[in-house]
Amino acid sequence: MRVTMEYVDAFRDPALAHAIAGRIRERLKTPRTLMEICGGQTHAILRYGIEALAGPALTLVHGPGCPVCVTPLALIDHAIALARTPGVTLCSFGDMLRVPGSSGDLHAARAAGGAVRMVYSPLDAVRLAREDPAGEVVLFAVGFETTAPTHAAAVLAAAREGLENFSLLSALVRVPPALDQLLAAPDCRIEGVLAAGHVCSVMGTAEYLPLAARHRVPIVVTGFEPLDVLCGIDRCLAQLEAGQAEVENAYARVVRDGGNAAARDAVEAVFEVVDREWRGLGVLPASGLAPRPKYARFDAARRHPCAAARAQEPGVCIAGEILRGRRRPDECAAFGTRCTPEHPLGAPMVSGEGACAAYHRYRVPA
Amino acid sequence: MAAHEPPGAWCPLPSADGAQVQLAHGGGGRLGLDLVERLFRPAFANPWLDAAHDGAVLDLGQARIAFTTDSYVVRPLFFPGGDIGTLAVHGTVNDLAMCGARPCHLSAGFILEEGFPLGDLETIVGSMRAAAQRAGVTLVTGDTKVVERGRGDGVYVNTAGVGLIEHDLRIAPAAVHAGDVLLVSGDLGRHGIAVMAAREDLDFTPPVTSDCAPLADAVGALLARGLPLHCLRDLTRGGLAAALVEIARAAGCALHVERRAVPVADNVAGACELLGLDPLFVANEGRMLVVVPAEAAQAALACLRESEVGAGAVQIGSVSGGPAGQVTVASEIGTVRKLELPSGEQLPRIC
Repeated sequence: MRVTMEYVDAFRDPALAHAIAGRIRERLKTPRTLMEICGGQTHAILRYGIEALAGPALTLVHGPGCPVCVTPLALIDHAIALARTPGVTLCSFGDMLRVPGSSGDLHAARAAGGAVRMVYSPLDAVRLAREDPAGEVVLFAVGFETTAPTHAAAVLAAAREGLENFSLLSALVRVPPALDQLLAAPDCRIEGVLAAGHVCSVMGTAEYLPLAARHRVPIVVTGFEPLDVLCGIDRCLAQLEAGQAEVENAYARVVRDGGNAAARDAVEAVFEVVDREWRGLGVLPASGLAPRPKYARFDAARRHPCAAARAQEPGVCIAGEILRGRRRPDECAAFGTRCTPEHPLGAPMVSGEGACAAYHRYRVPA
Repeated sequence: MAAHEPPGAWCPLPSADGAQVQLAHGGGGRLGLDLVERLFRPAFANPWLDAAHDGAVLDLGQARIAFTTDSYVVRPLFFPGGDIGTLAVHGTVNDLAMCGARPCHLSAGFILEEGFPLGDLETIVGSMRAAAQRAGVTLVTGDTKVVERGRGDGVYVNTAGVGLIEHDLRIAPAAVHAGDVLLVSGDLGRHGIAVMAAREDLDFTPPVTSDCAPLADAVGALLARGLPLHCLRDLTRGGLAAALVEIARAAGCALHVERRAVPVADNVAGACELLGLDPLFVANEGRMLVVVPAEAAQAALACLRESEVGAGAVQIGSVSGGPAGQVTVASEIGTVRKLELPSGEQLPRIC
C-alpha cells in the first residue's frame, strides 16, 4: 500500500487552524456545549489542544465512541476464558489486550500461558484458522460500524473456504442507539454533536436525520485531523447561531451521504441487529451486531458458550459517567493516582481512544 | 502499586502476589523502567547503576572505560536494512558511544534453537562481521548454547562491549542544564516500522528500511572537535519520547520539543498514520539525541552533518528550568501537550 502524508499535513496547517479558531471564538457569544462522539476525535482534541484554541466559552463533552471502553465486562471475561481454554487461539486487535476484565486482562491471560494473538485485520484470524486446522480460532470482534465490514468479510471468507474452526465473538456496536439515549436524557446539556467520520464513511448520514430532528440538535459529521475537528465545531456553532438542527457533512473528502454500499451490504449479509450491553451505559436496544442464524457456526457465543459469573465494576471508577459525558476524566478521584495506564481501574484509561487515557497522555498539568 | 489494592483484581502489573512478567515489561516504557527501578537497581545497588545511563563508566587503573551489554530477540530475524546480527553489533557499539567511549571489543553469546538452519546462522554471523568492521570493533570472546526445539525463537544473541573514554567530559543526563538544546542525528521511526512491516507482512510503498547503523564515528567526531557534549542517548525502544522523559527525570529539568522540527520520512509518517502510532515513540537503531549548550548547537550540527549517519541532523527543542521531569511538545498547530513515557509497546488502534 502506498503511504504518504500528502492528504494529512494539509489538515494540520497552523495558519488555517488559528483562523478557524478565531472564527469559533467570535461565534461563542454565549457558552456552548458540544459532544464529540468518537474517541479518535477526543484524542485529536487533547493532542492538538483544540479546547485551548477555542477558548473557555466552549465545553466539549467526550462521548462513548471508544469501542474498547464500551465492551462489557462479561464479554471481556468470556474472551479471557476462551484464551485460557486449551486448543483455542483468541485473536484480538492490540488495544483490547490491556483492558481489564474482572480478573486480569488478555495480556495477563497470555502471560499465564493462554494463546492470545494480536491481529491487524480480521482476515489475519481467518488465515490462522486455515493454517492450523486442528486448532480453534476465535476472533474478538470489537468496534463500531467502522470495523463491522471487515469482520463481515472475515466470516464470508471463512464460509467460502468452509472453515470449521473459525468463529467470532461479537462485541460490535452501533452508534445511533447510544447517541439517541444520551440526547434523550432529561439532564442532557449537549447542544450539538460531532459525528464520527469513519462510522459515517460506512453507514452514510441517513441514520442521523431522525436524531437531529427529534432532539433538535445539529449533527455535523467530521474527521480526526485538527482542521476537521475545528471545522466541525465551527459548522455546529454556525447552525446553533442560525437556529438550525440539521445533519451536515463536514468530512466530504471521505464520507458520502449514502455511505459505502458494498461495506454495508457485507454487514447486512452477515450480521443482524441485537440488543447489547454497553459498559457504563447498560443494555441499549438494537445497539449491537451479532452473526445471523445462517452464520451461527461462526458465532463464538453459540459455539463456545461461557457461563460467566456476573462481573462487578470497581466502585471508585466513574467510567460510566465519563462515557455518558456527564463527568470529565480529571474530575475522577482516582485519575492519575490510583488509576493510570499501567494500573487502569476502567477501560477509558487503557484504550487508544479512551478519554481518560487522552487526558493522562496529553494534558500539561496546570 | 498501593498495598490496599485488591490482589490481582485490577492490576495487570507485577506486585509480589503472583503476578507474572508480561511482554510490556520489555517494551521500553514505564513497565520496563519499573522493573529496573524496583527490582534490579535496589538488588545490585551501586553508583554506576544509579547513573541510569546506557552503560557503566569505570575507572580501571590508568584507563577509563565504558562497559555495556544488550540482548537481541528481534522477530523477524531478517528485515529490510539489517538482521539480528547487524543489530547485535550496532546496538552495543551505540550504547558505548552514548557513554562517550570509543568502542573497542565485543563479546557475543548465541542461544540457538535446535533445528535452526545453519545457513541462516552463517548469514547472521556474516552480518556481525561486516558490522564489527564498519564500527571498528573486534569480537574477542563468545559462547554458544543450544536449547530444544520449541524452547527458543531460532536464535537469540547477547553482546557485551567495552570502549575507551579518552576525554574528561561527563556525558550523562545529570550534566543536562537549562539553556541546553536538543539535537537529533536524523529522521525517526524507520527501524520500528521496518520491523513491524516485515513481521506483519505489511507492504508499504515506498518500503521502509531500518536505520540500523553505528553511531560511534559521529560521536568520535563531535569529541574530536572539543564540543561540550552534555548527554547522548540512542533512540531505541520507546523512541525519542522515552529518551526525552528519562533524561528530563534524571536531569531534573524540563524539555520542550517542536513537533514540526522533528524529522520523519514521509513513508514512515504515513505508515504511522495508518497504524495509529506516534513516530516519537517508534524505535530507531541508528539515531541519537545529542544535548549541548545552545552556543555549541551550530558547530555540533555542522559536525554531525559531515557524517553518513548524521546527515539529517537538526535541532528539535531545548532544555529549561521548568517543572522537573516534564516534557512538552508544541503540536503541528502550535498548541502544547505533554509527552509521557509509553506504557509498554505502542499497539495499533482499532479504527
